[in-house]
Amino acid sequence: MYVIIAGAGKVGWNLARELTAKDREVTLIESDHRRFRVVEEELEHAVQYGDATELWVLERAGIQRADLVIAVTGDDEDNILICQVAKEKYGVDRIVARVNNPRNMVHFKTLGIQPAVSATDLILRLIEHEVPEYGLVQLLALEEEHLEIIELEVGQGSSAAGQRVNDVDLPEGSLIISVLRNGAGFVPKADSVIHAGDQVLLILDPGLEGEITPRFAPEGSELGARN
Amino acid sequence: MFILIVGAGRVGSAVAKRALDAGNDVSVLDSDPLSHERLDKDQSISWEDAGGRFTVGAALEVDGLIEAGIEQADVFLAATRGDNTNLVIAQLAQRRFNVPRVVVRVADPARAAWYGEQGLITICPTQHAIDQAEHVVLEA
Repeated sequence: MYVIIAGAGKVGWNLARELTAKDREVTLIESDHRRFRVVEEELEHAVQYGDATELWVLERAGIQRADLVIAVTGDDEDNILICQVAKEKYGVDRIVARVNNPRNMVHFKTLGIQPAVSATDLILRLIEHEVPEYGLVQLLALEEEHLEIIELEVGQGSSAAGQRVNDVDLPEGSLIISVLRNGAGFVPKADSVIHAGDQVLLILDPGLEGEITPRFAPEGSELGARN
Repeated sequence: MFILIVGAGRVGSAVAKRALDAGNDVSVLDSDPLSHERLDKDQSISWEDAGGRFTVGAALEVDGLIEAGIEQADVFLAATRGDNTNLVIAQLAQRRFNVPRVVVRVADPARAAWYGEQGLITICPTQHAIDQAEHVVLEA
């Protein structure tokens, strides 16, 4: 597999290291000459100097035969355009873009640049995982595949608490895939009983959260009252 | 006709003034408040008194684009100094806001050509300079 990475910042440089260690062929492209010199000391010919938004720079790096292009520069416009030409002009199968400013995430979506990864969003999700405020944490969204994985806490007195997995009233297109209890996780069977205080992971079609959360909401809560 | 111009540099401000003189509604968006001076330069009355609109905002911020009137625009000109910014906002104007006519300034001839094939109206000052220089040099 041949991978081109645009941007030799901390993210790009470390990605190049990790992928090289996994025996992937990698070319890193960096537009700042001083940074390029520093990275070149270690990566040698695997790093090239140039502006990866320019077509000839991508062509020099061999974009025609790239299997994956990762755009992780500090500039969202650059990341959008690098991925766009990789996909639409050179027919690269897989792209990954970094979103620096989460407010720009919508632009990546509008222009079809997926997956787009925002470090800020990831950290926010980790915080929510540690400190769930609404009882629901979105763990993973597979936009293209129209699937997402969420985590829910089973509330005291909720309709799901004390029920077998099979008997929890869930909408079509959703499935309980894991139960976390006392710090350990297991994959439940149809007759596994869910307890109040468990964390459950569900895979679902996006948009079903609203139907699912009331089943797990604690008795007497606003959400639970809709049961 | 309502024309929205993003980037009040030499090109953007000059086009804005001509478009306003020609009787159009013109709105200009730029991140630098001082760029407004270019719109007033050599004019007997201020840009606003002449009927122009000016909004301070970053090109990629949707709120600023909406405040500047992108939802009503018949024509959108992306003329900031950055090719990459221009190409991204021009495509947003086209795909998200459905502006009928989108014009984008791109200094890089290679990308001006490719994005031209993708349905944007691209203007490449570098290509014009190359063509003109070639013409003048070879004529000597």
